Amino acid sequence: MDVRLSSDQQAVRDSATQVVDRLGPRTVGQLDDRERSDRLDAAVASSGWRELRDADDGDAPLASGVEVALIAEELARGLADAPFTGPTLAAELRRRTGAPAATATETVGLTPTLSELTVAVDGALGSELVAVDADRSPSALVLVPAGEGHALAEVAVRPLDLRADLTRPAAGAAAGTVVRKLDGQVRALTADDLDAWTALGLALTSADLVGAMRGAIDLAVEYAGGRQQFGRPIGSFQAVQHLLADALVLMEGSRSIARHAAWAVDALPPSGAVEAAAMAKAYCARAARTVGEISIQVHGGIGNTWECLAHVYLRRALLSIDLFGGVDASLTRVLEGAGFGGDHGLR
Amino acid sequence: MDFGDSPDERAFRLRLRAWLVENNPHLPASSTSDAYWDGVAAWHHALYEAGFFGLSWPKEVGGQGLASIYDVIVDEELAADGAPPRPSVGYLVQGMLRHGSEELQRRFLPGLVDGTERWCQGFSEPDAGSDLASLRTRAVKDRDEYVISGHKVWTSYSDAADWCLVLTRTDTEVAKHKGLSAFIVPMDQPGIEQRPLPMINGTTREFGEVLFDGARVPAANMVGEPGEGWALAMTIVSHEREPGELGFMARYKKLAKELVALANKEPDRYGPEQRRDLAWAVVEAEMLRLHVCRRLSERYDGLTHGSEGSVDKLLMTYAEQAVGHASLAIGGSTRADADDTWLKVYLYSRAQSVMGGTSQIQRNLIATRLLELPTS
Repeated sequence: MDVRLSSDQQAVRDSATQVVDRLGPRTVGQLDDRERSDRLDAAVASSGWRELRDADDGDAPLASGVEVALIAEELARGLADAPFTGPTLAAELRRRTGAPAATATETVGLTPTLSELTVAVDGALGSELVAVDADRSPSALVLVPAGEGHALAEVAVRPLDLRADLTRPAAGAAAGTVVRKLDGQVRALTADDLDAWTALGLALTSADLVGAMRGAIDLAVEYAGGRQQFGRPIGSFQAVQHLLADALVLMEGSRSIARHAAWAVDALPPSGAVEAAAMAKAYCARAARTVGEISIQVHGGIGNTWECLAHVYLRRALLSIDLFGGVDASLTRVLEGAGFGGDHGLR
Repeated sequence: MDFGDSPDERAFRLRLRAWLVENNPHLPASSTSDAYWDGVAAWHHALYEAGFFGLSWPKEVGGQGLASIYDVIVDEELAADGAPPRPSVGYLVQGMLRHGSEELQRRFLPGLVDGTERWCQGFSEPDAGSDLASLRTRAVKDRDEYVISGHKVWTSYSDAADWCLVLTRTDTEVAKHKGLSAFIVPMDQPGIEQRPLPMINGTTREFGEVLFDGARVPAANMVGEPGEGWALAMTIVSHEREPGELGFMARYKKLAKELVALANKEPDRYGPEQRRDLAWAVVEAEMLRLHVCRRLSERYDGLTHGSEGSVDKLLMTYAEQAVGHASLAIGGSTRADADDTWLKVYLYSRAQSVMGGTSQIQRNLIATRLLELPTS
């Protein structure tokens, strides 16, 4: 057992840090700077990070869950408004069916609660679909029944006005929209495939939450060191110090548990990977909302204005919390994994 | 990054697992019953003799010189088999390794590590809790001895201890942090009176107060130089904050597992709130396990944690107290048909945010040392 990052993993993380620090939004106003976000998107595209879950020469992914989680964390810390989670999860689905890698940016299509993949029957969507992290994605992948399992289909999506997360716009498609089965699939997706995919989704969103927490804490600590009241920096007051200390502790616990979930994606069997990921997601989801709120609180009145980046972190966290199930859905999975035999999870 | 076992680690794990089949004493939960304290010395010694304790300490003092990460394996296997946690004496060992002379290390560490000699730690006093440096217990030199007078309190294991590491004031002329020295004092002498101090859960075996009235200790038992007491105390409390040193993770994992088993007897009895508390106990105990994996892996880089220990202490506290809340929820402390085991586990969990430095003190340290927030 040695859970330090390898030098390759550190290098991947460092390059993500550099890209997002150079091209990510530094102010709320910069979120509207399309030229900047185009350059960030181009940098992410040329890095190859979105293709890390494509197949290598065999059926294995090019990089493990650890590398993609490290990138997700750094991108969230820098509030990157370039798609990553959506395309990564789409690539994971393609690889598992043996379909060729995507030629354009694409994402995944979820049910409106964002908890699971949409299943389309009879060649069309049975209900509304939401595609997350869909900036620059003209299409999303959905499931269609195939024998005992599922196959992949794609569906065209249009921008959707979901405004929780200002950095990762959503898209959608209405009920009745026609889906087209992907060419070149050689295997059906089994229940194990979908469990492993869910584990990756939970691990990636947990990593995203860790990054959002780090960014929110850095922002608040810097502010507390400079903002003067009563003739002293507010960061010198114990009441403020203890809020920020609590935030750091929650982030560090989240980081430890999220790192294990990222490792488990490829190292454990699907049921174990989902269990590890659900533990991480429950912990990170609860922590991230609190940390986001602390960051706003420390910023005081300024923290309650649109111009302050603190709410952008909290908003990003809100989407990552809900993706594939937040606290309660994850705790339900935890109880199942722990062998608690009561019916209906938390109910 | 790999959370899995190397071949050597796997072999070690299987050896421990096989040993536990015959040797798990199945003691009750710690700090909830006197039966635990009656069995803990024998457990310590048995674990050591079988080669499963003191793994990462130097061979010269009874350790095995293995990587710290092996302690994670011990904690995991003890928890999985429902065995008692490993003895938490690591912080004393670390203090002695850092500050004690070679002579003192050779005399005292083997007995501390193998469990044949029992220890307690005389730091806190009635008027010196968080403000430890204001302590007033005096040690006055008398030829080749020191004579100690004062009052120590909240002293864990004082009833069973052969030795007490006592922090005293040897110099009243200098600033309060600079006049302190530490001694290894034999407990069995007329100048020392030990009294049990019942805790809020009713246990009388863990906590005590120790009255020193002319107790005598050889000058050679001073740990470090005169005035080095504060530095020694800081070394010890910083390790006392590390769950990897204490092995408490095993206790939380074991309790969470027992609570799941208890809930499974009558699952329909528990509503959403109780189920949530149970799930959080499972999650928090697992979080702590993984955090310990991370911290002990960092020791491969030679990292010894200073202020990060305060983060670890708070994470350990959250884990213990989440298990405490699940104990209330599932154990049903106020139910007519419940015994008070789980109430005791819950009440004991309140000590974790005080012992080894209160949570408030940890937050002060995190704010000023890790976040580097301004101090005034």
